[in-house]
Amino acid sequence: MTKNPAIELRQISKSFGPVQANKDITIRVMPGTIHGIIGENGAGKSTLMSILYGFYKADAGEIFVDGKKISIPDSQAAIAAGIGMVFQHFKLVENFSVLENIVLGAESGALLSPSLSKARAELAALAAEYELNVDPDAIIEDIGVGMQQRVEILKALYRQANILILDEPTGVLTPAEADQLFRILKRLREEGKTIILITHKLREIMDITDTVSVMRQGEMTATLRTGDTTPEDLAELMVGRKVLLRVDKRPAKPTKPVLEIQNLNMVDDFDVQRLKNINLTVKAGEILGIAGVAGNGQSELLQVLGGYSPATGIIKLNGSEIDLSTSVSGDGQARRALGMAHVPEDRQREGLIMDFMAWENAVFGYHREKSNQANRFFMDNNAIRKETEDKMKRFDVRPPNPRLTAKNFSGGNQQKIVLAREIERNPDLLLVGQPTRGVDIGAIEFIHQQIVALRDQGKAILLISVELDEILSLSDRVLVMFDGEIMGERNPANTNEKELGLLMAGVSEKAAQ
Amino acid sequence: MDIMPRWVDIIIVPLLSLFLAAFLSALLIIAIGESPIAALNLMIEGTLLRSAGWGYMLYYTTNFIFTGLAVSVAFHAALFNIGGEGQAMIGGLGVALVCLLIPWPHWTLAIVGASIGAALFGMIWAGLPAYLQAKRGSHIVITTIMFNFIAAGVLNFFLVDVLKPKGSMDPASANFPSTTHLPTFQDLASLFGFEKAFRSAPANVSFFIALLACVAVWYLIWRSPLGYEIRALGKSGPAARYAGVRPVKIIMIAMMISGALCGMMAINTTQGESERLILNFTEGAGFIGIAVALMGRSHPLGVLLAALLFGFLYQGGAELALWTKIPRELIVVIQALVILFTGALSLMVRAPLERFFMSIQKAKE
Repeated sequence: MTKNPAIELRQISKSFGPVQANKDITIRVMPGTIHGIIGENGAGKSTLMSILYGFYKADAGEIFVDGKKISIPDSQAAIAAGIGMVFQHFKLVENFSVLENIVLGAESGALLSPSLSKARAELAALAAEYELNVDPDAIIEDIGVGMQQRVEILKALYRQANILILDEPTGVLTPAEADQLFRILKRLREEGKTIILITHKLREIMDITDTVSVMRQGEMTATLRTGDTTPEDLAELMVGRKVLLRVDKRPAKPTKPVLEIQNLNMVDDFDVQRLKNINLTVKAGEILGIAGVAGNGQSELLQVLGGYSPATGIIKLNGSEIDLSTSVSGDGQARRALGMAHVPEDRQREGLIMDFMAWENAVFGYHREKSNQANRFFMDNNAIRKETEDKMKRFDVRPPNPRLTAKNFSGGNQQKIVLAREIERNPDLLLVGQPTRGVDIGAIEFIHQQIVALRDQGKAILLISVELDEILSLSDRVLVMFDGEIMGERNPANTNEKELGLLMAGVSEKAAQ
Repeated sequence: MDIMPRWVDIIIVPLLSLFLAAFLSALLIIAIGESPIAALNLMIEGTLLRSAGWGYMLYYTTNFIFTGLAVSVAFHAALFNIGGEGQAMIGGLGVALVCLLIPWPHWTLAIVGASIGAALFGMIWAGLPAYLQAKRGSHIVITTIMFNFIAAGVLNFFLVDVLKPKGSMDPASANFPSTTHLPTFQDLASLFGFEKAFRSAPANVSFFIALLACVAVWYLIWRSPLGYEIRALGKSGPAARYAGVRPVKIIMIAMMISGALCGMMAINTTQGESERLILNFTEGAGFIGIAVALMGRSHPLGVLLAALLFGFLYQGGAELALWTKIPRELIVVIQALVILFTGALSLMVRAPLERFFMSIQKAKE
């Protein structure tokens, strides 16, 4: 018996101006399977899914659901065709209850209460069928990220989705929450649902998918049975060349302390305590990694260190205390002058000005330094452009054109511009947040090498990342943060993801034993 | 890569917008029952073909350069200063006090003193809403527009109660002493033997100060570290904070520079033309500055060109009102159309142009 594929795309093409985002994409996903789509950033995964969900219209190609050709002009049509989407950034109303969020957009009639009670009954049925338990009356902002994701899945199921698309679903989850999500997905598969999982994490693909498609530069380079492939092969298919997945580094030789933090506390504008009694030391010649699920105080720690969030406590750089009282109004330039460089977590929001040209971005934060001034009043723009071009060549930024606007570079090249700016100043301490977020695998390798090289020059590095793999492979010591606190320290050589995952979920050392 | 070449963005888009605005205006003139061609002829004859016309046009242009630059500087910091009217009024007060209270020996000194007075007063008037924005988060658009009304009240008070000479029925200050009077273009032309040029036109030496201000603003915005910080904050607040740029400081400085430029408009109108402080001398120039900055894309050269255009429209409009049935208000309509097309609807012009250039690119491939 030959079944029709649950969903089939034939020769889908889409271009945005001169950029061909999707080119002749053909995928067949059989019902009751989990199909992974993997590819670097900008490979065209999101565009493809947006076409499936009716956000974009394909330039060419056909879509079949259950063997029938359909057209998807908008998301209503996608829902009607049984396609449900769980976005990377949830589309939930924070101050609505779970039930209200599920009904939102699918209300029937003029009055709300009949829809709500109908939804309540259906929700109970769904919960029983798929083991998706959630309190229908809980308010979204009170429940955890994992729960919110469950609500998104329920929202899709409530709309009778048979095909569920998940876009980078584990980005915001702890390893334990991710495992739970995968159990749910497997359960959904058993019930005959079809799942498309978009991710850039090779491990997830290997763990859960039945088949996998690899995208590169808008094209589908391969579709394989997951069982027949290895992470190394997939990485090679994604990038188009052999990639080193592990970082090659020698043991650290830490010397004197460069950054010392004692009893650091921070309360945000809404009176929430974001940092609780942080104590840590980073020595010259080592990489200290801070692991944790996003939103547990790591960003705030970077902001405080970078000099643009107020805090109380003691921060010492090279033994001398930094005045924290001025950081309310922004003290970044003074800190940079002391030898502290900072690669921020969000390069598009903080690290770069997207509308500025590369050369203007290349002196950002250092623009008042003598070397960038022609005289007392004006900046030496010509010299800056010249120097930027050299830097761009050394850091392999493509294209090395200092007059190109930052937004016209790919994520990896943007990050290289930031790194070049911060590393080339020869800082004593480098703060790095999410160095490879949204960066293609090829550039990840380069960025990791640069960070390790800086360490080997005897500089101190504080690394913050939500990617456990990255923390484990780069750091010489690992601290885990949860809810603004340091939960414990581990040696990356003799710990594992499970142990760190427990700490990341707030299970303290005593309770874990 | 950017889709369109830079010159298209800078030159063709505003010109097309302008053409569309002119086309709609022509329809309006036809609706009134006049000939648009004749009207255009009249406008050109009354401004560009007579030296006195130039004299009037450049007088208006001077005002618009100052207010246009002011709005541009604030724009670069992503601040929308619509308080140009008020800042100019208070600047006028500064000019009047400087000219009346200090016995100036010669106009060359008086213009320096009056410029400082005007800039200082305008600066203070813009500084108050800037402080409210930077420290208290009160939106600058709301506060600056309200400060226009307060400024009008303050000006009224001074002209009715404080500065009005005894026995005068006119809400205006006393005439400034003759040593503060600025040479007009007519005076300058007679120096070179052209007695008849620019006859009785109000344009005066403050036009050259406006040109200097263009150069100064260019250096400030594109060459100085301060301008760099202003632009950085304007493009991205979080990035500016990351780089150690202090938003409070930059907002205050950008707005105060903006206010100072608006205030300096008064040396043209008050010291140069009326030679005493009168009510409503700003004549809406503070608002025209917004259109000038929009059309000039907040670049000093663009501001200069846009200010010339609006000077032409102003003077040409006066001519129309004088010689035809077309009311002077039509010029306001035309200005509104220009603002609409160059500001709000520039995307409407840009989108088809982008498609056009995209198809060219495709054809090349």
